[in-house]
Amino acid sequence: MIRLMIVKREPLPGWARIVIPIAAIVVTLILSAIPILAAGGALWKSYYFLFYGALGTRFNLLETFVKASPLIFTGLAVALAFRAKFWNIGAEGQLLAGALVATWIGIYGTWIPSFLLLPMVIAAGFFAGGFWASIPALFKTKLKVDDVVSTLLLNYVMVHIMGALLFGPLQQPGSSWPRSSEILQAAKYPLLLPRSRFHIGFLMGLAAVFLIWFLNTKTVFGYRSKAVGANIRSAHFGGINTTVVTLQTAVLSGGLAGLAGVGELCALQYRLIMDISPGYGYSGIVIAMLGNLHPVGVLLSALFFSVIIVGAQTMSRMTGVPTYIAEVIQGMALMVMLVFLLLTEYRIRVLRVRPRMRAGGSRN
Amino acid sequence: MSDDVPRPVAEMRSIEKRFLDVIANQQIDFRIYRGEICALLGENGAGKTTLMNILFGYYTADSGEIFIKGEEVNLSSPRDAISRGIGMIHQHFTLVPAQTVLENVIIATESRKGFFLDLKSSKERLLELQKRFGLHVDPEARVWTLSVGEQQKVEILKALYRGVDILIMDEPTAVLAPAEIEELFQTLRILVGEDRSVVFISHKLKEVMAISDRIVVLRGGRVVAERKKEQTNTRELVNFMVGRDLLERIERKKVPPGEPVLEIENLTVLHDKGLEALKGLNLVVREGEIVGLAGVSGNGQRELSEVLFGLRVPLEGNLKVSGEPLPWGDPLSAIRLGLARIPEDRIETGLMTDLSVEENLILERHGSEAFQTRGILNFRQIHQFSDRLIEGYRILTSSRDAAVKSLSGGNLQKVILARELDGRPKLVIAAQPTRGLDVGAMEYIHRRLLEEKARRAGVLMISEDLDEIFALSDRIIVLYEGRIMGEVPLEEAGREQIGLWMTGMHK
Amino acid sequence: MIREIFNVSFFAGLIGATMRMATPIMFATLGEILSERAGVLNLGIEGIMLMGAMTGFLVTLSSGFLWLGVLAAALVGMALALLMAFLAVYLGLSQHVSGLGITLFSTGLAMFVYRLHFGSPLVPPTVDPFPKVAIPLLSKIPLIGPGLFNQYLLTYVAWLLVPVLSLLLYKTQAGLKIRTVGENPFAADTVGVNVYRTRTLCLVAGGALMGIGGSFLTLAHQNMFLIEVVGGRGWVSIAMVIFGNWDPLKGVLGAIIFGFLDGLQLRLQGLGFKVPFHIFLMIPYLMTIVVLVGVSRRATVPASLLKPYRREEKGG
Repeated sequence: MIRLMIVKREPLPGWARIVIPIAAIVVTLILSAIPILAAGGALWKSYYFLFYGALGTRFNLLETFVKASPLIFTGLAVALAFRAKFWNIGAEGQLLAGALVATWIGIYGTWIPSFLLLPMVIAAGFFAGGFWASIPALFKTKLKVDDVVSTLLLNYVMVHIMGALLFGPLQQPGSSWPRSSEILQAAKYPLLLPRSRFHIGFLMGLAAVFLIWFLNTKTVFGYRSKAVGANIRSAHFGGINTTVVTLQTAVLSGGLAGLAGVGELCALQYRLIMDISPGYGYSGIVIAMLGNLHPVGVLLSALFFSVIIVGAQTMSRMTGVPTYIAEVIQGMALMVMLVFLLLTEYRIRVLRVRPRMRAGGSRN
Repeated sequence: MSDDVPRPVAEMRSIEKRFLDVIANQQIDFRIYRGEICALLGENGAGKTTLMNILFGYYTADSGEIFIKGEEVNLSSPRDAISRGIGMIHQHFTLVPAQTVLENVIIATESRKGFFLDLKSSKERLLELQKRFGLHVDPEARVWTLSVGEQQKVEILKALYRGVDILIMDEPTAVLAPAEIEELFQTLRILVGEDRSVVFISHKLKEVMAISDRIVVLRGGRVVAERKKEQTNTRELVNFMVGRDLLERIERKKVPPGEPVLEIENLTVLHDKGLEALKGLNLVVREGEIVGLAGVSGNGQRELSEVLFGLRVPLEGNLKVSGEPLPWGDPLSAIRLGLARIPEDRIETGLMTDLSVEENLILERHGSEAFQTRGILNFRQIHQFSDRLIEGYRILTSSRDAAVKSLSGGNLQKVILARELDGRPKLVIAAQPTRGLDVGAMEYIHRRLLEEKARRAGVLMISEDLDEIFALSDRIIVLYEGRIMGEVPLEEAGREQIGLWMTGMHK
Repeated sequence: MIREIFNVSFFAGLIGATMRMATPIMFATLGEILSERAGVLNLGIEGIMLMGAMTGFLVTLSSGFLWLGVLAAALVGMALALLMAFLAVYLGLSQHVSGLGITLFSTGLAMFVYRLHFGSPLVPPTVDPFPKVAIPLLSKIPLIGPGLFNQYLLTYVAWLLVPVLSLLLYKTQAGLKIRTVGENPFAADTVGVNVYRTRTLCLVAGGALMGIGGSFLTLAHQNMFLIEVVGGRGWVSIAMVIFGNWDPLKGVLGAIIFGFLDGLQLRLQGLGFKVPFHIFLMIPYLMTIVVLVGVSRRATVPASLLKPYRREEKGG
């Protein structure tokens, strides 16, 4: 009889930290064959169009970067929070909060000089997202309320706030749809390359990756955040004000998510609609985990997911596989990555259990 | 010529067990006979608990055989061991505090009537066992209300309820006062009187000599000696345990104590369940002295250390460190006032095991001007600091970036010591500083504490280990149910007197 | 307008709506209580409910039998919970992330399969939903009768589950084992209880209940499947578990309160209050948060919740 046991293993060398996520991605792509085939798609044709649709032409490639921008921000948001064990599942709501406030200023900020409007919109979006995240953080630190549930529920509250406003004061005059007016020209993100939608959002994302990396590794705040996430009791013992650190982390996290929302508004949609985010906040969770909570890992995961999301559109058109395969792949990637992460610390040991001897039969 | 060598009731042959890179058990042969108390002696880390966990089915040996009542067995889980009459009481109790004694005892037994639990007849059976073995505890009491000694009785009852033939107890006396130890011994004698067996794992020589019939010594994962009690003495056993003669009483200088560094006045603290853990405590520690606070765990020590560490807010009281008031519930203030704190559960409270040695070393100082400028960490200074500490305290680690969880128990404590003592503190609060450590680490820590005393710091050592208390303290104070039972300088302290105080009895 | 609220038929209708809205949450809450009592937080609940809703709908539409749909939903819930058990119990991965992974995966899978089967028709397909069944004498009781005792069979099942689950947890050996695993798995292990198996069974049973709760949404509450059909009810159930202090009866009480607010909000809309209807939609979630805030201080969490159990740690 065989029994499997999970046993601690010797630590893996440094290169494993890069190889593991790549291996996870490869395995995920292989597993994706199952839903593709189940959908009746021709396997190689599907893979081809998946990658072609994301990388095959100049426009597609730029689209991939465009789609990656919000993912980088929500991925960073979630990674930052998880690192401090603040389970921010509310990135979606924080993203919407950012988009909401950005819309308001973007439409009504006529009194602001043009060159200041965009920076103000960005700042406002950041703080709106940060504010929305500070609520569950306060609940957690002061009232012991579970952050998973509170951040989640606030997502739904924010969706409805947005709905109330889009059917109300923010609604475009004369329209019966829940959409806002278009924002002012000065509030729109500059387009960087002609014949594409490539905007500064992606560059902002790169800057954010660098900033967060610097913050995490080189600053007092980064150290404190890491300590609180590792063992909040010890951090408290060591004199760290864990409440303040949690709040700061939450605000920064929410702010990053808010920036994702600002980007979608000011670079792509130019007006607020109900569907401004197809779940970027939730994707951020998968991206953060796949990136092992490291800023550069987040960047690479975001690009990977962007490839999947953008490619799935083309694949769907050419092979009939539903676009939701992107979400399926996301979910699978997360679980595969979890298993692989486990294997960095543990290994599976096979035990051969001897059959029992008959009674009275003793050895030698 | 009759073959009158009795067959063992349980036998382990050539047992090998390794964890990662540590060989815990090497080619061990171990036998237990009917009606005997066999002591498994050895210092912390010698492999005693691992060996018994294998007999109990909790661990599986890498190789070797186990025979119970002559039959070779394959124990893949405690369920197998229990069904064969083996019971084990671990160092950390396996009780559910929120449940009643009865519920804790009858879990996973056949006490039922149809679908439902048969509480009535189970209770009767339990009471009968209690009478027979002298283990009286209220079956309806919730376990969290019981003292540690009473909880141990529940553990024994659990094993008896399941018809245990071989009872394994892991360091049972570590948590008991002297009078309770006597009670335990009486219970064990009744057990072996019924032809059952007891394996008594301990590193406490006195108790081992008092109760056992036969003694097996483990060192470094091997059996190094096996003796009948009459054939040996403590000196020989120590030699087997440690491989050398233990250091004589540590040479201590007589240093006249100076100004008070810690003044506790009228301290009243509630514990988690809302009752008073400390009742109007008054205590003073002076420069250049080590005050040993003795007592069985559960009498307020944890709450006292938590208040001093800044982790718990008292109901009332005054705390002063070198004359300066110590604000309640503020670890940062404690650090700033020059308080070195050595917590009793180093992993949960003092360290962040996933972080590196360096990151743990700078926990309290990372915000100081030396290590950061305007929020950005100054890594050159930090690296210098951690290298100096690693060398100075001889912390065994592959590098300063190694994760703390890879360190051994003694080295974990060294990390904490390095961090706390480097700043030349005025006051050191050490809670159970050598718990779970081997002799080498223990000696190191004792030496360091004495160095602090020589440096004119004041040391408050809270310990359940009477040997340690007697070895280091200048003054011994006994804590019982939140109050000080007695205070006496070392020269006048007698073990019997201290033992009485620990169980709440005055002269 | 105030007069209309105190109208008898409004009140009776409200009770009926309360039970209807509460039913899926009752199932989900009971399922989650089972998992959490054994020490596992199952954040896959939202995804499992969605897969239950979709599967129930799909199977019912294809087979023509409502109860077959419910059964299929239960089985799918069990399969997903088994996956959760593999990740969080067997492998000991973070329960938070495993659960979220299951939800994300299930959400994608549900939409994927639905789209595959139905495409994107202009008129979404519907089923013939469960009929209400009136309990003979009780449904004639004035005021509360028609609301409480003229309900769907699944609702009655949910009610019956409360005493069944309570008895199981508090009065049987199985329940004692579950509670011990949830409080101190080491204690359970040393006394011969298989911690992994107990946790897995609880997860799987819980998953079945969650799946059934989800199917109620598409087979009784509404009669079609939309991506937002669960709409956060899984997360609400998690809050209700905390509200009920991990007790079946109290947890279901919480579910009923939420159902009441949901039903109230619907009815108030109908009365034409001059507030945007999104504000109404918000009320149940806000109340859940308020409730959570009020309760969390004194919650007695099962002690081993969120901690994976592994036996072979450092020796000595």
